[in-house]
Amino acid sequence: MRDAFSVELTDLAGSDPRIVLLMGDIGNHMFDRFKELYPDRFFNCGIAESNMISVAAGLAMNGFRPFVYTFSSFDVGRPFEQIRVDLAFQNLPVVIIGLGGGLTYSSLGPTHYICEDLAITRALPHMTVVCPADAVETRAAIRAALSEEGPVYIRIGKKNEPVIHKSLPDFVIGKGITLEEGTDICILGTGTILPAVIEAAHHLRESGIKSWVVSFHTIKPLDAGLLEEAFSDYPLVVTVEEHSLIGGLGSAIAEWISDQQIPPKGHLMRIGIPDEFLHYAVNQKTARDIYSLTPDKLAEAVRVHYSKVR
Amino acid sequence: MTARSLIPDEKALEQLSSQIRAEIIETAHKTEAMHLGGCLSCVDILVALYFGCMSVRPEEPDWQDRDRFILSKGHAALAWYTVLAHRGFFPVEQVLTFNKDKSLFTEHPVWKNIPGVEATSGSLGHGLGIGSGMALAAKISKKSYRTFVLMSDGECDEGSVWESALFAPTHSLGNLVAIIDYNKWQACGRSNEIMHLSPLKQKFSAFGWASYEVDGHDTGAMIDLFQSVITSPEQRPVVIIAHTVKGKGVSFMEDDNNWHYRIPSADEVVKAHQELGIR
Repeated sequence: MRDAFSVELTDLAGSDPRIVLLMGDIGNHMFDRFKELYPDRFFNCGIAESNMISVAAGLAMNGFRPFVYTFSSFDVGRPFEQIRVDLAFQNLPVVIIGLGGGLTYSSLGPTHYICEDLAITRALPHMTVVCPADAVETRAAIRAALSEEGPVYIRIGKKNEPVIHKSLPDFVIGKGITLEEGTDICILGTGTILPAVIEAAHHLRESGIKSWVVSFHTIKPLDAGLLEEAFSDYPLVVTVEEHSLIGGLGSAIAEWISDQQIPPKGHLMRIGIPDEFLHYAVNQKTARDIYSLTPDKLAEAVRVHYSKVR
Repeated sequence: MTARSLIPDEKALEQLSSQIRAEIIETAHKTEAMHLGGCLSCVDILVALYFGCMSVRPEEPDWQDRDRFILSKGHAALAWYTVLAHRGFFPVEQVLTFNKDKSLFTEHPVWKNIPGVEATSGSLGHGLGIGSGMALAAKISKKSYRTFVLMSDGECDEGSVWESALFAPTHSLGNLVAIIDYNKWQACGRSNEIMHLSPLKQKFSAFGWASYEVDGHDTGAMIDLFQSVITSPEQRPVVIIAHTVKGKGVSFMEDDNNWHYRIPSADEVVKAHQELGIR
């Protein structure tokens, strides 16, 4: 996904002279082509994320479209107040690319993985929050973000994630993408967990439960039309995310439900990361197993829940 | 449009500064606004910038080639608004809505609320980074405008200031001028006792800035310095340490840190106006 970001942004920069790339000293040769083609629009801002966000603001206030790139832990976790005041309050068109949000970098320890980034960014007025499922959605999301008038946070994985789209889908910020049709339950996944969700849906299908699977890539604004359909037509709507159960996709949808004047018929089941940190070395695969985010465990949890609400 | 011509002589500039100080004190009284000490310390710097250095068009505040100014010490907004009003950005009377319910003249400035306000500030340590971005934008788009950032000494406690202090010389932002209103106080004490700021000039020099010191109440000296740094630009960003007195201009406010928060009474306004020679 990070390569998709680099390639897409380099392509876009050719036709859009407003694009400036600011990065926080990661990804050694990742931006070589961008640097070669547009040396006056590439800046390694060093390990100084607060300044990087403010610099992006100053550029955006003068007509540029900055993209800020480093680990989610560091471009969301560290400079929250610069994001809040300089970008969100001033409603500036800066795109923050958060590398490896979720459990992607759990192997690097607690400093490098972050399961709170969607909650943090989602709470900010003016902020759009997008979580592409694969490299294809990443490219589409970057292109779409350029049309936004305010700040956008895009959480991506790292590299070589499974690709779920064979071709470029019709990607609109704030509109979920149907990956599989089904009539029994609805599963809304966000981000790089989608391949596991699709596999889980296949397990469920083997036991006779047919799932409508959606890449619910935009956490903010929510696709209210899709939610209305899901909660009126399906007895169970499941959210799956590599994010804390506090403040992420499931949380946002729970808020949406509580704000409906007529309570929706469907039940909400939220699957995500509990309110805790990992204190030991663990890679993403194992971390997903610990948190029951593997296809088998996802399918089993949904099966049990569905048996109670159907 | 250089602005030395805007005011005929230094005596007239001093008179303007006194008038502005008097209005700030009166507004602070009427609107019960705090941060008076830090407003009064930077009046002469603002007057020197707006009347003797910066290229702006009050009648066309978004003019593309204007010099940019960021009040990074946003708590001195009242001083800035008053100077902007005298420079012609809006009527002086509008400043009297300062701090009132639903006024656009907020206690800390908000971008786009008011003509001439280039950035939202109030949280310290943001302005130098935003200013660096503006200076970078000028470089990329080959524009000749300058970006000025006015900071406080206490603000230099913020780590982000030093991130920006590293960034600007790295990218040869010779079109960036930082000014530090060095009044030696912050909210709860002497700035050099709360954090080891001194020597500020040498710190910035070591970071790669062209560093200067000036009497922040000598308007003529400041105009000369501002003019010299912008007319003979080098590749290094410029920092000007302006030595000032908190509460400058009123004997019972000068160097008394109580005036960080204190609001002047009606009697104190009268006394202050007498001292400033303003009726």
